[in-house]
Amino acid sequence: MSGHRLPRGGFIDRSRRLAFRFDGKVLEGHPGDTLASALIANGVTLVGRSFKYHRPRGILTAGPEEPNALVELGEEGRTEPNTKATEVELFDGLVARSQNRWPSLAFDLGAVNGLAGKMISAGFYYKTFMWPAAFWEKVYEPLIRRAAGLGRATYAPDPDVYEAMNDHCDVLVVGGGPAGFATARAAGSAGARVILCERESLLGGGLLLDPALEGWRSDMIAALEAIPEVTILKRTNVFGYYDHNCLGAVEKLSDGPLGEGEIRQRYHVIRPKQVVLATGATERLIAFPDNDRPGVMMAGAALVYLRRFGVAPGRRAVVFTNNDSAYAAARALKDAGLERVAVVDARGKGQEAGGLDVRLACEVMGFDGRRVALHRRGGGGNAEAIEADLLCVSGGWNPNVDLASQSGAKTAWGAELACPIPGVPVQAERSAGAARGVFGIGAAARDGLAAGREAARLAGFPTDADFPLPKDDPPALALVPLWEVRGRGKSFVDLQHDVTTDDIRLAHREGFSHIEHAKRYTTHNMATDQGKIGGLVGAAILAEARGERPEAVGLPTFRPYTAPVAFGAFAGRATGDRFEPIRRTALHDWHVGHDAVMQRAGAWMRPFYYPKAGEDAWTAILREARMVRSGVGVCDVSTLGKIDLQGPDAVVFLDRLYANTMSTLPVGRARYGLMLREDGIVFDDGTVTRLGPEHFLVTTTTGEAEAVLEHMEFHAQTVWPELDLQFCSVTDEWAQMSVAGPRSRDTLTKAVAGLALSNASFPFVAAGEGTIGEVPVRLFRISFSGELAYEVAAPSGFAEQIWEAILRAGREFGIAPYGLEAMDVLRIEKGHPAGQELGGFTTAADLGLGRLVKKSGDFVGRILAGRPALIDPRRPRLTGIRPVDKAQRLRGGAHLVAEPGSLDSLGHVTSVTRSVELEQWIGLALLEEAESWRDKRVWAVSPLHEERVEVVVTSPCFVDPENARVRA
Amino acid sequence: MQLIPCPFCGARPEDEFHYRGDASVKRPAPDAGEQAFYDYVYTRANPRSWHTEWWRHFAGCRQWLKVERNTLTHEVGAAVSPAETLPHTPA
Repeated sequence: MSGHRLPRGGFIDRSRRLAFRFDGKVLEGHPGDTLASALIANGVTLVGRSFKYHRPRGILTAGPEEPNALVELGEEGRTEPNTKATEVELFDGLVARSQNRWPSLAFDLGAVNGLAGKMISAGFYYKTFMWPAAFWEKVYEPLIRRAAGLGRATYAPDPDVYEAMNDHCDVLVVGGGPAGFATARAAGSAGARVILCERESLLGGGLLLDPALEGWRSDMIAALEAIPEVTILKRTNVFGYYDHNCLGAVEKLSDGPLGEGEIRQRYHVIRPKQVVLATGATERLIAFPDNDRPGVMMAGAALVYLRRFGVAPGRRAVVFTNNDSAYAAARALKDAGLERVAVVDARGKGQEAGGLDVRLACEVMGFDGRRVALHRRGGGGNAEAIEADLLCVSGGWNPNVDLASQSGAKTAWGAELACPIPGVPVQAERSAGAARGVFGIGAAARDGLAAGREAARLAGFPTDADFPLPKDDPPALALVPLWEVRGRGKSFVDLQHDVTTDDIRLAHREGFSHIEHAKRYTTHNMATDQGKIGGLVGAAILAEARGERPEAVGLPTFRPYTAPVAFGAFAGRATGDRFEPIRRTALHDWHVGHDAVMQRAGAWMRPFYYPKAGEDAWTAILREARMVRSGVGVCDVSTLGKIDLQGPDAVVFLDRLYANTMSTLPVGRARYGLMLREDGIVFDDGTVTRLGPEHFLVTTTTGEAEAVLEHMEFHAQTVWPELDLQFCSVTDEWAQMSVAGPRSRDTLTKAVAGLALSNASFPFVAAGEGTIGEVPVRLFRISFSGELAYEVAAPSGFAEQIWEAILRAGREFGIAPYGLEAMDVLRIEKGHPAGQELGGFTTAADLGLGRLVKKSGDFVGRILAGRPALIDPRRPRLTGIRPVDKAQRLRGGAHLVAEPGSLDSLGHVTSVTRSVELEQWIGLALLEEAESWRDKRVWAVSPLHEERVEVVVTSPCFVDPENARVRA
Repeated sequence: MQLIPCPFCGARPEDEFHYRGDASVKRPAPDAGEQAFYDYVYTRANPRSWHTEWWRHFAGCRQWLKVERNTLTHEVGAAVSPAETLPHTPA
């Protein structure tokens, strides 16, 4: 309990107080604090329990690399688990809870896992939970599920509003530190459009850590804000670098309460001409026993808390380092009035002491929250202890190469820094400042200026822009690599996933020696901090185990996202009804106004049935189907794909696309059309109507309309470009209505003028034009239901008018609309294949349509349809089934077997319905050797549902097999 | 998000297009036999370098385009109409 607020300093507003809750306790902070800095200011040391071992943990860092301080923020729909306290801007009323502990943070029963430490090392679950086999489902899996994970997600919908934007600019600068500032100002003053993204709420990066630089920081911000073509996006993290210079970023507008219509986060897709990555560097840890205890903190983070937040993380500090950078933190701790500050420097030579207690050539070997244990490197001499409640660690600095690497550039090895640095760019990008290993404020700014000039020049804005820069004090880090101090106890390389150095060595012993294998075997780098502080250390441990150098081992591939992104940000406004575009037919409002139950079928809203008062679904559906079979009904089938095709070569084209012949189709007739894929499988079915010698109308199923059009365009544009024809989609231009039933002719005779509809004048599959009212309509005598039927096509703008005219004409015959469900009842009774049968795995012969396939003439699919496996007579064929016991239901997807209990599937049930013709359930199925099973019995079984139904195998056509009704 | 340089519409993001695959395969003559059609439908060189491929600009001009694209680096060369020849095949 030793963190405390300093009397002065920090970019916080000390005149205002913010109240917040952590684990129920009310605490105070200031505007400008993060949750982490406010917790430290209140002396909170324990903030969470680790993933596997439930070890107590404190705040380790001041940024997105934080592995420990994960809290659950917010309530109900706004609950955000696994939020890093270091990234949350404090607001009044903030509520946060620690995670992964029960019953409390201080007393967590899960800590008992630590006792089993050796048994739950990396990969333990590959070797356990196997016996007895029955225990997996009943015991182990439920237990693991409860124990796994850190935070809990909410089940409530997210009430916040998110937005998406597309941005274009000449130069994108990622990072608002000294290098980023110089880049943006150089390019901006040259006239380029610049976007500067800074992930923090304050601009400045390393400039925030030295009061002497505040003047330059303010000057640069003022200069940038004065350039109209420079856009500064704060709180904006660029998370990914994609193809062709496309980058993604998320701008966080607020973590706190929002006003009406205010936006939580904005997702940016940025397409710049040139990119400068001024992303800085992240400090890495050193592995030593108990390097995860509360009180351990990265040295650079300690400096951030002191200078940016005016908070001291402890009262007695030890700074353990292998490089010069940590001395700045040590001096700042001393200046802040800490009781003592000691530096444990692993190197033989350190920096100017200046009042610090410096132990050279020593290393830390343990920490228990009160004392730091150290000894001389090389082992000579006794161990020593220094009393401290704060242990700052610096193992070096890794340039943040994530984005450069994602862009496709390989990394190189920076020998002086002992870490990867950006390699040669492959896209229009370059890194500047600490992001490419140039450390020191002045040097970084100089580097940024050069990068800004270069980027602007390449974007078409040559410039020799210049402006004052901070003094050039390039500090060499003088780093001596130190990855691990060996000793008894757990030395962590990944704190969030509880991965230790021993785990890395275990992975190598077990054969998972490639870095990508070791990563997945140990889960190292796979937590929400993505291995930012320990990834390289783990790779170095692996290298040592392999007897190689770290650069030979490499790091796992960098992939988006550089930091976690909320799904809401990607969804933007496209949620709920806006998730996908909704297509409505021209009759949509009529259906809704007449109480149709509307459902989505693909992108379309379609009427499924029109229930009368008091009717449940099946009652309405069966009533509608009965009405069609006994009288007349009308159905909106406007969603079918319709393609208008014209030209001298239209007929040749159709012959080549369809398995059956179209060139023999007379003018004024329609024909069922079967289209195959080039591999011989049925692609789609529909109709072709010849409206004129060189004029055709093609229809497709609703679901395949776009695919069929694409198929036709591919063949017309690339395969047979010499053919003279034109076509286009007219799906939305024509509303189409199916008028079906024994009284359909009577109905249409009353409604339609200018077209004789007797059976002699307008036989089955005739097509013609007439008018209803004064509106020109087309009629097609085709039937999906198996009854006497016609399809009426009306220009969409007149759809309601035509529909109502048909309803008026049919009223005396009992006409009423029928929906998709009744249509399905009817077509299943008739044995017409639809989506479930045309699933991309059946042939024409499977569907009983082999006789339609023409014997000569080229068409798509002809050759490969003749392959032995596709003409095998034992293939499952379309057949009908009905339960022996008329009271039993059928289930689609059930398998057909010869005996109950047999696991030899003979086929499966594709479509099922209650039948009006037979007054029981019926189905269509695909069954091997269907003909030999005709009139015999098989079983339709679904082991998942523990169902078995004995069925009789019948013809797939349950209604009017002679087709007398459709030809009446 | 790759940019496809549609010769009719300009450079457009790839989600405005449908990708079909290798454009160097030609539909065989009708009497070329089963092996030729098998290769046409299934067999692909699948190079880890420059690839000539079909993209259709379904959300724009609805034209099929022949595009040179490097499958390894995602660099895109030229895009032309089906009947045209691509300017060059880079090494």
